[in-house]
Amino acid sequence: MTDVVELQARDLSFYYAGNVHALKQINFSALQNSVTALIGPSGCGKTTLLRCFNRMHDLYPHNRYEGEIIVGGNNILSGDVDLIRLRSNIGMVFQKPTPFPMTIFDNIAYGLKLRGIKKRAELSERVEKALKNAAIWNEVKDKLNVSAYELSGGQQQRLVIARALAVEPEVLLFDEPTSALDPISTAKIEELIIQLKKDVTILIVTHNMQQAARISDWTGFMMLGELIEFDKTDKIFTAPSEKLTEDYITGRFG
Amino acid sequence: MNHEKKRKLESLMALAFSTLAAVFGLFWLVFILSDVLIHGIGALTPSLFLNDPSPAGVPGGGLRNAFVGQLLITFIATMIGIPIGILGGTFLAEYARGTKIARVISILADIMVSVPSIVIGTFIYAIMVRPWGHFSGWAGAVALAVIMIPVVMRTTEDMLSLVPWTMREAAFALGAPYYKVIVQVVYRGAAAGIFTGILLSIARVAGETAPLLFTSFNNAYYSANMKGPVSSLTVTIFQYAMGPYDDWHAQAWAASFMITLFVLVLTILGRIFIKWRYQ
Repeated sequence: MTDVVELQARDLSFYYAGNVHALKQINFSALQNSVTALIGPSGCGKTTLLRCFNRMHDLYPHNRYEGEIIVGGNNILSGDVDLIRLRSNIGMVFQKPTPFPMTIFDNIAYGLKLRGIKKRAELSERVEKALKNAAIWNEVKDKLNVSAYELSGGQQQRLVIARALAVEPEVLLFDEPTSALDPISTAKIEELIIQLKKDVTILIVTHNMQQAARISDWTGFMMLGELIEFDKTDKIFTAPSEKLTEDYITGRFG
Repeated sequence: MNHEKKRKLESLMALAFSTLAAVFGLFWLVFILSDVLIHGIGALTPSLFLNDPSPAGVPGGGLRNAFVGQLLITFIATMIGIPIGILGGTFLAEYARGTKIARVISILADIMVSVPSIVIGTFIYAIMVRPWGHFSGWAGAVALAVIMIPVVMRTTEDMLSLVPWTMREAAFALGAPYYKVIVQVVYRGAAAGIFTGILLSIARVAGETAPLLFTSFNNAYYSANMKGPVSSLTVTIFQYAMGPYDDWHAQAWAASFMITLFVLVLTILGRIFIKWRYQ
């Protein structure tokens, strides 16, 4: 693992429309090619924090950020950031699978076409590579022209991971990617996330502490919009410094 | 009479009344449809589709002019009404989503849907027929388009709103600009619903008479010239049904049958699409 910082929040505060103070003075760094997990009770702001890194909150009016968010060395809250370019570089996977209403091939090719890749041969090659990287190639190679809705939930989730990977992003954001899946599909996705970190930096929100312990290198524990503790995953789960963290991971609340 | 018996009696009465009401409604529906069917099918002849009307009182002839005129006016109305309706619905559901102006337009469109079509006919009469000084096919097409627009707009808005937001977010997260998210992802998700709305809006205007009476009027001769009066099936039915000749009556029945069939087919197609998409 290198020690280059890929993602960083500096005194980050976030307000939803109506002045709801959802994130309070968050500070942490995620290292390149590592998996960083955000855990905490429902409503603690972990998803809100995740969605700051590709500025998803900008889709809805009257949301407001304060502080700095650094992605690859640039503050993405400064005025001149091109959101389309930012998002091209940061893939995102949601809680429920979000295949588009098109064929499996077209789903994966969608991001590539947005970047102006039109040659059929190049598209085919990169679609295949993405599907292989997402460990779903063997299941779909014979039905690339079938609607993505024909796949099971777990397959759909790996399909959208492949879609995000196809454009070779630097960062992948996962928002509870396995909470709607069965245990076998969950295991496949976890295995995949561990494999993927050789190419990308991963930030994952999970409500499942065992999952955070299994797959992450670093873990942040959040509560009521604050980042209570941020440290190596081993440390958080074996010898947390904060009483609140300990109470949470030992199941005393949440 | 004990309580239980009383309740059973009340239930029986409620059942009887609602059944009667349903039967009453159905009776007239079946009556009208079977009448159109019986008289209409009997009057269908090849000549009806191949010939133009013969002079008044002379037997034979057909309604080729009215069939062509009807198709032409409906087609042009669709070409005007559908794009405006879809773009308007897109504005309401996407760009203006949640704003006051979107809600106001949406409510106004709902009112427009139930405005009597004769009002729209007289409106187009005032803004097109009067200034031009004569009836025209264009005016008829615009009148029908005005009726279609709110229907298409509202169905488009509803269908787009049904597409889950996470799907849009997923497309945004890949770095797509909003117009591409709408055209390439959201429209695909809502395609069957929007198409159904289009079919139903065509079915809605295909049977309209009042707005055409004030706009495209009628033409006893074959004419595809949209700048002048153009014949249509509905206005022809109106005129022939009122006329004194048995031949006219038969042709009006046949025309009624054809329009009913057209609307029926469109409606069934629309239903099939809804089922196929949302089962």
